[in-house]
Amino acid sequence: MSVDISAMMLAIFLPLFGAIAAFLLPRAAALIGLVALALTTGAVIWLAREVWQSGAVILPLGGWGAPLGIDLRADGLSVAMLALTSAVGLLVSVSALDALKGAGQSRQRQYFWPLWLLLLTGINGVYLSTDIFNLYVMIEVIALAAVGLTVLSGTRAAVQAGLEYMYASILGALLFLMGVGFVYLQLGRLDFAGLMDAEPTGALIAAVALMFVGLALKTALFPLHFWLPAAHANATAPASALLSGLVVKAALYIVLRLAQYMPFPSEALLTLVGMMGAGAVIWGGIQALRAERLKLLVAWSTVAQIGLIFVAFARAGELGLTESWKAAALLILAHGVAKAAMFLAAGRIKDEIGHDVIRDLDRSPIRPTLAQFTFALAAISLIGLPPSLGFIGKWALMEGAMASGYWHWVVVTMVGTLMSVAYFSRVFAGFLRFDRVRAPVGEHQGWALADAAPLTLAFAAIGLGLMAAPILSFLEIGYPFGVAP
Amino acid sequence: MTPDLIYGLTGIAVFGIGLVGALCVQERLRRVLALKLCSVGAGFVLVVGAWREPPEMPDPVPHALVITGIVVMVSATAVALALIRRLQTLEATDER
Repeated sequence: MSVDISAMMLAIFLPLFGAIAAFLLPRAAALIGLVALALTTGAVIWLAREVWQSGAVILPLGGWGAPLGIDLRADGLSVAMLALTSAVGLLVSVSALDALKGAGQSRQRQYFWPLWLLLLTGINGVYLSTDIFNLYVMIEVIALAAVGLTVLSGTRAAVQAGLEYMYASILGALLFLMGVGFVYLQLGRLDFAGLMDAEPTGALIAAVALMFVGLALKTALFPLHFWLPAAHANATAPASALLSGLVVKAALYIVLRLAQYMPFPSEALLTLVGMMGAGAVIWGGIQALRAERLKLLVAWSTVAQIGLIFVAFARAGELGLTESWKAAALLILAHGVAKAAMFLAAGRIKDEIGHDVIRDLDRSPIRPTLAQFTFALAAISLIGLPPSLGFIGKWALMEGAMASGYWHWVVVTMVGTLMSVAYFSRVFAGFLRFDRVRAPVGEHQGWALADAAPLTLAFAAIGLGLMAAPILSFLEIGYPFGVAP
Repeated sequence: MTPDLIYGLTGIAVFGIGLVGALCVQERLRRVLALKLCSVGAGFVLVVGAWREPPEMPDPVPHALVITGIVVMVSATAVALALIRRLQTLEATDER
């Protein structure tokens, strides 16, 4: 009996086997990790070609199709998310080689690779699943690996944050499971195709709402964001980059998919989602303005940016949902690339200067200029200055909101943008002031090969904005929302 | 009140008690227990939903979901307990 090898299977199973191998052979973990990642990236490129040439691809696992078996499906949106994951993942891995090379970090080195490959398995699994129970299992895989990465440094603050994250994650997963169960009890189906033409009864909407609350907890949507800042700020730099750039995106993607396949709740609920997003934009901004440490500021900016993605989702009301998801997807991609670059750069700055207290950044005679430049480039994309991908995302958000007359979302976006300028300026001031330094300033100190990966990511965050049109047309392959009302 | 309605409501109540505990309790171990209670409630509801009048066989799919949920919950509990122990050790060394 022959087994057809498909790119989708490889994208899930390569990292899984890699994780097992890296766990069993700790000395070769880094090598195994990089090879597994490179091969996975190759599989994703193969899959992207397939989707580009012949549209959405469906693979019934083991020859058993839905509803009895499990289907894997790849369309433009899932391939875009997979591409984001492998590109960011590969570069973060390269920089992890350097970030974890210290003598006292052998434990971290040993566990980083299995956990990260397991995380990759879960994330790729989410992007290829077509069945809500499969999604539940995958977000659990992600949660366990992500908590492991959070506590990798082993400090008290990190373990405390990891425990909070674990509680939030378990609760989110249980709410999601409860929702999945209710959906099954009502419809008798778990695959997306079976959910598509369901009647939007009150009970079904309650089930979807349960699932949504669970996902909001996992993606840290205001006011359920309480676990995120501590968890992302206390993890080691590569782990923070993965958590902030990739992990929260998986739950966001499921929200997009649910809106695509399930009867979406009414206009009022969509407005509520937008309001929660607006709350995140403003509260995240305020907290980022108050944060004392660089990594905490970056983590709060993640809260604000996630809020913005939900605002993009709700920007044009129920009728605009068929277009709004594209603005949200663009912002997801932009944030993934830029935030990974920013966390890596923040980690580099902390390594070189020895601390990350924002107030004292300008007292340091050491100026890791390349890392600071990377931070600034990433900030340009997060603020949304042209021609970055963040700009295109915000533009799409506001254009759609204006076209359908929802001016309040434009105001929220503007306020969020101004606040992000304000809080990133605090950091830039620390980079650019020299009058508080007592010792001679070493302008070009702290350049290292480790800056290459974050710098590449930051340039990508800016440069991808120039390729927005091809990205948008790629996202539409397989018409993810063509069937939605 | 049919039996399955009573059981279903019990499951939801158990889930609710767990939810309140998970959100309001401060003590670490008790929060883990509250989350366990949540998962028991969720499983209860699903198993009750799978029940059919005796001549008919119960629906096996929710049972499969519950078993997966139990497996996931066991590993999640293990991780949470390991973290709590680690945290206690770290706190003890900090205080010394």
